[in-house]
Amino acid sequence: MRRSVSIAGLAAALVLGIELWGTGQKGSVTSAQGRMSTMEVKIDNFSFAPATLTVPVGTTVTWTNRDDIPHTVVSTDDPKAFKSKVLDTDEKFSFTFSKPGTFPYFCSVHPKMTGKVIVQ
Amino acid sequence: MKSKKSDELLIDHNDDGVDRRGFLKCMAWAGTGALCVMQGGVLKSFSLSRLGELDPSAAKGELHFVQISDSHMGFNKPANTDVGGTLKAAVDKIRALPKAPEFLLHTGDISHLSKPEEFDAVDQILKDTGKEVFFVPGEHDVLNDDGAQFRDRYGKGSQGAGWRSFDKNGVHFIGLVNVMNLKAGGLGTLGAEQLEWLEKDLQSRGKSTPIVVFAHIPLWSVYPEWGWGTEDSAQALAYLKKFGSVTVLNGHIHQTMQKVEGNVTFHTAASTAFPQPQPGKADSPGPMKVPAEQLRRVLGVTDVNYVQGQHALAVVDSSLA
Repeated sequence: MRRSVSIAGLAAALVLGIELWGTGQKGSVTSAQGRMSTMEVKIDNFSFAPATLTVPVGTTVTWTNRDDIPHTVVSTDDPKAFKSKVLDTDEKFSFTFSKPGTFPYFCSVHPKMTGKVIVQ
Repeated sequence: MKSKKSDELLIDHNDDGVDRRGFLKCMAWAGTGALCVMQGGVLKSFSLSRLGELDPSAAKGELHFVQISDSHMGFNKPANTDVGGTLKAAVDKIRALPKAPEFLLHTGDISHLSKPEEFDAVDQILKDTGKEVFFVPGEHDVLNDDGAQFRDRYGKGSQGAGWRSFDKNGVHFIGLVNVMNLKAGGLGTLGAEQLEWLEKDLQSRGKSTPIVVFAHIPLWSVYPEWGWGTEDSAQALAYLKKFGSVTVLNGHIHQTMQKVEGNVTFHTAASTAFPQPQPGKADSPGPMKVPAEQLRRVLGVTDVNYVQGQHALAVVDSSLA
């Protein structure tokens, strides 16, 4: 009985999740009709380049790991604004900045690696 | 060795037989295939090619164990596309030791990407030693899951994030975890909970108990610019101050280095996978690409031999060549 209830709950969560995801998609389609841009940050030699990136609201930033060693891209804010899974060589992580502000981040594997995105 | 020692010693602040020049000289030898022996607090160095000339008594003691480190199973780029092969070579080297070690310590970065199959491969290869292995995690072993898988596999008998202590032949061993909850811009971290545990763990030990601490990231400031150090290691070292003989074994920097500070001998082990540049000698601490024929000379295992009544442990680095 308990199991069937939790499965129902899981199904509900999934439906809800899909709906939310659908809404998110709509949102990004709308902004695409405005002026949506993408920016790149390269991870090379244990550093983010550029370390400081200034972008307009709605920009999608993509980080690419060009190192032989895995890295992550993790917001230092609490709660975290974004958090990538571990990126092996040539793997990418993207995040769309929908609010203005300064978003500091770091590599949680090599914490000396830090960067920030300024959204205007 | 006496005449050699006087050649190496310029200033001996700690009266421990090691000065900076001697230390650097030893470091250079180790990286290119040499071994260093710490015995009675005095540095003794031997070229690997002259191992046969080593006095057999130097390799005798009450306790004998091996440290290996940084296997990085799953790494498959230059300079080493066969990290399984070099780990196997390390195991062969261990099996060929004149006296079998009682157990092994692995000081982390067992895997490259924390993948189950990477841990499986290492376990399979290390099984051939027939010895118990004590692990502490490296940052590569706790990716994505805050170390849950590491603790599941290797954490039996450990506490918190995987720290532990145990006794072997009168020597007290302490495995510490300094790769969790790293803060932006910072170094390795032990954290308040672990430090509290360490203080309690040491309280009941007598001053004459030899202590061996092992952890992944160096507990001394090797090169903070590259993150090669631990934020709160000073607190841990303060708890260790009362002991007459403390040896700290670390990995992470993929090269052998030693430093003696009072009663504490710090030692880092070579990687069994790939070398990293000397501090500040490259743009970043990324893998150092060396010609294939040189690779095994810069990889290695550390053989530790405890001789009762001596001030320090004898630490011998062997390359895989």
